[in-house]
Amino acid sequence: MNRLNREQLAARVARDIPEGAYVNLGIGLPTMVANFLPVDREIFLQSENGLLGMGPAPEPGQEDPELINAGKQPVTLLAGGAFFHHADSFAMMRGGHIDICVLGAFQVSTRGDLANWHTGEPGAIPAVGGAMDLAIGAKQTFVMMELLTKQGASKLVERCTYPLTGLACVSRVYTDLAVFDLGPDGATVVEMVDGLTIEKLRELTGLPLALAAPRG
Amino acid sequence: MIDKGFASIDQAVADIFDGASVMVGGFGTAGMPDELIDALIARNVGELTIISNNAGNGETGLAALIKAGRVRKVICSFPRQADSHHFDARYRAGEIELELVPQGNLAARIQAAGAGLGAIFTPTGFGTLLAEGKETRRIDGKDYVLEYPIHADFALIKAQRADRWGNLVYRKTARNFGPIMAMAAKTAIAQVAEIVPLGSLDPEAIVTPGIFVQRVVQVAPGAAH
Repeated sequence: MNRLNREQLAARVARDIPEGAYVNLGIGLPTMVANFLPVDREIFLQSENGLLGMGPAPEPGQEDPELINAGKQPVTLLAGGAFFHHADSFAMMRGGHIDICVLGAFQVSTRGDLANWHTGEPGAIPAVGGAMDLAIGAKQTFVMMELLTKQGASKLVERCTYPLTGLACVSRVYTDLAVFDLGPDGATVVEMVDGLTIEKLRELTGLPLALAAPRG
Repeated sequence: MIDKGFASIDQAVADIFDGASVMVGGFGTAGMPDELIDALIARNVGELTIISNNAGNGETGLAALIKAGRVRKVICSFPRQADSHHFDARYRAGEIELELVPQGNLAARIQAAGAGLGAIFTPTGFGTLLAEGKETRRIDGKDYVLEYPIHADFALIKAQRADRWGNLVYRKTARNFGPIMAMAAKTAIAQVAEIVPLGSLDPEAIVTPGIFVQRVVQVAPGAAH
């Protein structure tokens, strides 16, 4: 089957982000989505540390240590961009002003519970950052991740075993093998890569997945 | 004549005492008031409770304060980073207490202190480890956690320009926690690149009105960077 690589997955997520959306991209894999947003769409990228209208990385030598993103990497500001303080930044999330956030995950449950901040391992120093605010604040929370761990366990699960970030907050999961819609009734498969069947996907995840009616 | 400008950075932090609670602005190193912290380290006070987004990066600013052994407790959202080795070492040695707060709750609790609120109900963290044992309430069908304000004796923040009344403007994403920390602390101390004559800051563009700022001190632009 044609498993998506990281770039293809980022491009797949980018396709679903409409013109005019206010979007927060989480640290790591989700940050890559920005590279695939169509240039003919105006999309507002928000960064938790106080900017809207975030642009791409600067040219080498043009970095400004006071113009960074949530991952503390240098970025640029687009014409029309704005700076604001932290309470306003998180009011944008909690207040339901951010249309879409895209986050990575350790696990997501079929009803949309998210675990992405802490492995819970003894001795691990916990850090949460803005993950909990983003997860429950945005109008739609998308997760992008590889469906299986390196050991082959499904990261889409009946019930998360890692500590939760938020309850029933994820509406859609994009993975390298399939796209899922989540809700109170469980997970529905919206899309699969070529060569994958619903039976095989049920076997890989161990979940009673529903299949969405074909579109069109 | 009111002049909140301090000629000496050492004087500006001279009354920070053992056991004080100190808010430190910055997100990573952007907005970190390195020179104020260096002056605080030189004062040799300890047992501090630090409220900041991170727990120090690299060797400067908050990381240097932690390395110097002056911090008893850190209240922050994201302590663990690739370059937070000084915090990591003290934490693992059991020398620093950590209160982990989701970033938006940290901002809201700081803002609540500055705004005189007794508590807030926030949806963030509901049903997670970070809300365990906390009071909750369902309001209009949605679940919230009761969180209390975070006050501080001092705030150390970095801004771009000030006037002698303490009005502040910031630079780019170095603004981050500065405006709300200034509100929440009994004594807010801002280091700035420039103190400009009264009236030369555009009143429409002032981000932190001087009422929230008790002291400003000019540091040489680019000093220690």
